[in-house]
Amino acid sequence: MSYLDYTLGEPVADTAAPAGPIEQRWQQRRFEAKLVNPANRRKHTVIVVGTGLAGGAAGATLAEQGYHVVQFCFQDSPRRAHSIAAQGGINAAKNYRNDGDSVRRLFYDTVKGGDFRARESNVHRLAEVSVEIIDQCVAQGVPFAREYGGLLDTRSFGGVQVSRTFYARGQTGQQLLLGAYQALSRQIAAGNVEMHPRTEMLDLLVVDGRARGIVARDLVTGEIRSYTADAVVLATGGYGNVFYLSTNAKNSNATAIWRAHRRGALFANPCFTQIHPTCIPRSGDHQSKLTLMSESLRNDGRIWVPKAKGDTRPPARIPEDERDYYLERIYPAFGNLVPRDIASRAAKVVCDEGRGVGPGGQGVYLDFADAIARLGRDAVEAKYGNLFEMYERITAEDPYTVPMRIYPAIHYTMGGLWVDYDLQTTIPGLFAIGEANFSDHGANRLGASALMQGLADGYFVLPPTLNDYLGRTKLDAVPADHPELTAVEAESADRLNLILAVDGDRTPDSFHRELGELLWEECGMAREEAGLRRALARIPEIREEFWRRIKVPGTGEELNQALEKANRLVDYFELAELMCLDALHRAESCGGHFRTESATPDGEAARRDEEFGYAAAWEFTGTGTAPVLHKEDLVFEHVHPTQRSYA
Amino acid sequence: MNLTLRIWRQQGPETPGEMTEYRVSGISEDMSFLEMLDTLNEELILRGERPVAFDHDCREGICGACGMVINGQAHGPERTTTCQLHMRHFDDGDTIDVEPWRAGAFPVVRDLMVDRSALDRIIGSGGYVTAPTGSAPEAHATPVPKEAADLAFEHAECIGCGACVAACPNGSAMLFTAAKVVHLNVLPQGAPERASRVRNMVETMDAEGFGGCTNTGECATACPKGIPLTGIARLNREFLRS
Amino acid sequence: MVMASATRTNRTTRTPAPGRHPSSLASLWRSSVGKKAVMAVSGLVMLAYLVAHMLGNLKVFSGPDDINGYAHWLRTLGQPFLHYGWFLWLARLVLLAAVLAHGTAAYQLSRRDLKARPVKYVHQRQRATYATRTMRWGGVILGLFIVWHILDLTTLTVNPAAEEGHPYQNIVASFSTWYSGGIYCLAMLALGLHVRHGFWSAAQTLGANNPRRDRGLKLAANGLALLLTAGFLSVPVAVMAGLVR
Repeated sequence: MSYLDYTLGEPVADTAAPAGPIEQRWQQRRFEAKLVNPANRRKHTVIVVGTGLAGGAAGATLAEQGYHVVQFCFQDSPRRAHSIAAQGGINAAKNYRNDGDSVRRLFYDTVKGGDFRARESNVHRLAEVSVEIIDQCVAQGVPFAREYGGLLDTRSFGGVQVSRTFYARGQTGQQLLLGAYQALSRQIAAGNVEMHPRTEMLDLLVVDGRARGIVARDLVTGEIRSYTADAVVLATGGYGNVFYLSTNAKNSNATAIWRAHRRGALFANPCFTQIHPTCIPRSGDHQSKLTLMSESLRNDGRIWVPKAKGDTRPPARIPEDERDYYLERIYPAFGNLVPRDIASRAAKVVCDEGRGVGPGGQGVYLDFADAIARLGRDAVEAKYGNLFEMYERITAEDPYTVPMRIYPAIHYTMGGLWVDYDLQTTIPGLFAIGEANFSDHGANRLGASALMQGLADGYFVLPPTLNDYLGRTKLDAVPADHPELTAVEAESADRLNLILAVDGDRTPDSFHRELGELLWEECGMAREEAGLRRALARIPEIREEFWRRIKVPGTGEELNQALEKANRLVDYFELAELMCLDALHRAESCGGHFRTESATPDGEAARRDEEFGYAAAWEFTGTGTAPVLHKEDLVFEHVHPTQRSYA
Repeated sequence: MNLTLRIWRQQGPETPGEMTEYRVSGISEDMSFLEMLDTLNEELILRGERPVAFDHDCREGICGACGMVINGQAHGPERTTTCQLHMRHFDDGDTIDVEPWRAGAFPVVRDLMVDRSALDRIIGSGGYVTAPTGSAPEAHATPVPKEAADLAFEHAECIGCGACVAACPNGSAMLFTAAKVVHLNVLPQGAPERASRVRNMVETMDAEGFGGCTNTGECATACPKGIPLTGIARLNREFLRS
Repeated sequence: MVMASATRTNRTTRTPAPGRHPSSLASLWRSSVGKKAVMAVSGLVMLAYLVAHMLGNLKVFSGPDDINGYAHWLRTLGQPFLHYGWFLWLARLVLLAAVLAHGTAAYQLSRRDLKARPVKYVHQRQRATYATRTMRWGGVILGLFIVWHILDLTTLTVNPAAEEGHPYQNIVASFSTWYSGGIYCLAMLALGLHVRHGFWSAAQTLGANNPRRDRGLKLAANGLALLLTAGFLSVPVAVMAGLVR
């Protein structure tokens, strides 16, 4: 049986959300939740993997409540999680501007922005909790931008019509993360959190059907050991790095969620990935990662490519009538301000036609000449000075005189572990929060909503639902010599030893690049059946070659960064396969998932709600064997699905 | 371009290290310094040698993971992080010395990778506002003068890379500590713990074995985020006031 | 492979950071920042003294009677509340305390600083300004000079004239020898460098610096250093040039 012959399993449903009016569900859920006596909390150990916005916030909050938290991160410090790189801001329905914002409107915008592939009750809760996040962060000393009166400033973001995005210059993620990190540090110093930096989760321990711990590797000594607990929280972020080139941090990886998936947690909507249109293009094969530049640049920059293929003249020598301002041409109403996915796809189309600019023809111009002529150089500098500076540092080109070159890049993954309203996966006792789960963004995430979701999950949603789980569940201690522990530790060690034993002639990065390029080509901005089938045929071949030719020097009993990379790759191969299968099975276009076969006559994404109005949750059955699809039907009681139009 | 690299190789904190010479060729000037090291590491792996270990993650200058002393300068010749330093700032044929951050408080983990957990412990001893989740008042209950908010932000930009310690002739962490003390102490939210914060953080900083400040200004010159030297004056004032 | 269960056993139950510490001079002295403050205050005390000393020295130019009278006046200052010479001794005690505090703190801080980087950089490069880099050696030179200076012009042990109560004659005699004049001139140059960094550094250490004042303080430090050096140097130079004899 081929991997492609997936079978349909029982539908999966969220049974945790209470019925009743959507506005009261979260209140109701918290009221119904069991509480754990504060005196008993210290007897419960909770493992939190990851220290980003979600994990940092969860670890600090659970420790404040009295739980014994054992927390992990692969970085040398919990302060370095990749949430730190988020630039734009964080949404909250505070309505400080009196511009008609409300919890309901944020809820509406998020469901619509997600192209009607998110669960309404989760999104409504997110919008409710958003206001508390701002209060919490301000109390922690997060230096949000303020107005002269001393009150918080907001801006509008990502095409919504209200100004609800709170920000700290271009470093909102950094400041929010440091707030969570500082709260976590306080708990570490107080002995309530046992922090394990430079330690990477390799597997999940499931005992008697419940998540009871993890197996992790100390990245400095190479020691592999089990850590047991009463519940496990994964806050390990998204899987965008499967593409090799992305805006993710180099070490962000999918191993934690993928290993959990292998142990029985369903993985939902893996093909929902977000591509950001304004990244700095790659400059050559050495490129190791991509850097994002704020989308706000599209407010004043004009995007164009030469009309002729293979035109290698410098941009200044290309006369006006030989330039194609393709977004303005195709989408006269929105022009350069069309949504992220549309701008990205259009760039790919012109580059595929051979009209791309810069090294490898993988770029389009973002030209500020008109803006400078109209507003003056000073005004442009005041608005975008720091971005121009960043661009010049990386490319050595002066964007005031030479048009910028941009290209889309993988930025965020909406898919992730399937969770119910309690953020619990299909393995009891295993919770997934932040980008690691699939819950709130549907098929497309709105700008400034990732930070909101991470902190909402960590500070406010997980603590009460985890309380409920621990209060309801009677758990016996897992003995240190439990056979499951020994078995999983051995399995993890074996895998590393197998990699080391190959001693072939290709580096981990060379495989990762190859896999990434394939995925980008066939499962990137636009996907079609033939390409996805090609990728699904090719991935097992690359995997097979990996196990023949991978080369990792050194041993497993020491710091070995090449081994870390290779080990993560093993999971990427399987994940990439599932992504392609998910993309193949979802024969509709929605949000970040564009199937060329499912387009309106004018080439726009066409959703097919009747057939695909569900979240696809996949069950693992073995490497290379067909998974089982469980559908969660999505019911829209409050926001009626409509088709987007930007022409 | 072709380069000669002299890189500090050290197996672990207890073993002695030494500068080892490598030649790399075909380096593009568009590469970042870390991408240049990636190139070297790819070659080393194929030769069956252990690649050079170094910390890095976001590669866009914000996580603070990367950092090495390049030709005697923390983060190299440009005022930025190592990941944002590009090879166009070097010339074909150059010999480049690459060393780890050197400080007693930063033991070498391996090669160019050091243990900066002392900085985390400084934060843990007071670099926070005690505001348990759920206890926060409405965000607009306490307006913060824009000037204070801006000053706080300027210091909150610290990425904790440790370049200040590496650049300081005394291996002092005063700029790092000052950045957090000023960030929190100028905000009304941080005021109640103002005195204990600065005392505890300075005490931890001393206990971790960092040197003292002799106001050489090397830290602020090396800081990729431009944390101002006057922050240290504010730290001193907060300390004496406490 | 090691196996362990996490880990309720080895929990530390430290209480979160305590509130206010007992405020005391001892805890100030214990911390590196406090010790620097002691250096700054003692340095400023010495600096104030040096300014007065330098201005007093300039009386050399108005003749023997003036400066000798001034020296006598210093001893009678505060009479009848103080006995003869008490003011001077009080001043000397304060200065001694300042020198000791400054020196001890400098010694202890320097040891901490040197220990903070056990392995030196292989690639050394020139750092900071000359004045900043020479603070430690400059301080040692100045300390040695103070001993010489007291032996020369206070106790008169090594002074060629050694006429008690006649500073003018002693000064002229001392600076008429090449070595004494040379030592003095070198020390004053060291003093200038020391003050140049030291004054601004003291302001920084005492928390008086901020972005608006920074430039002004640096200018003041340079001015003060220049003024002190020039003022002090004028005497031996004048003696050696034969303008004062």
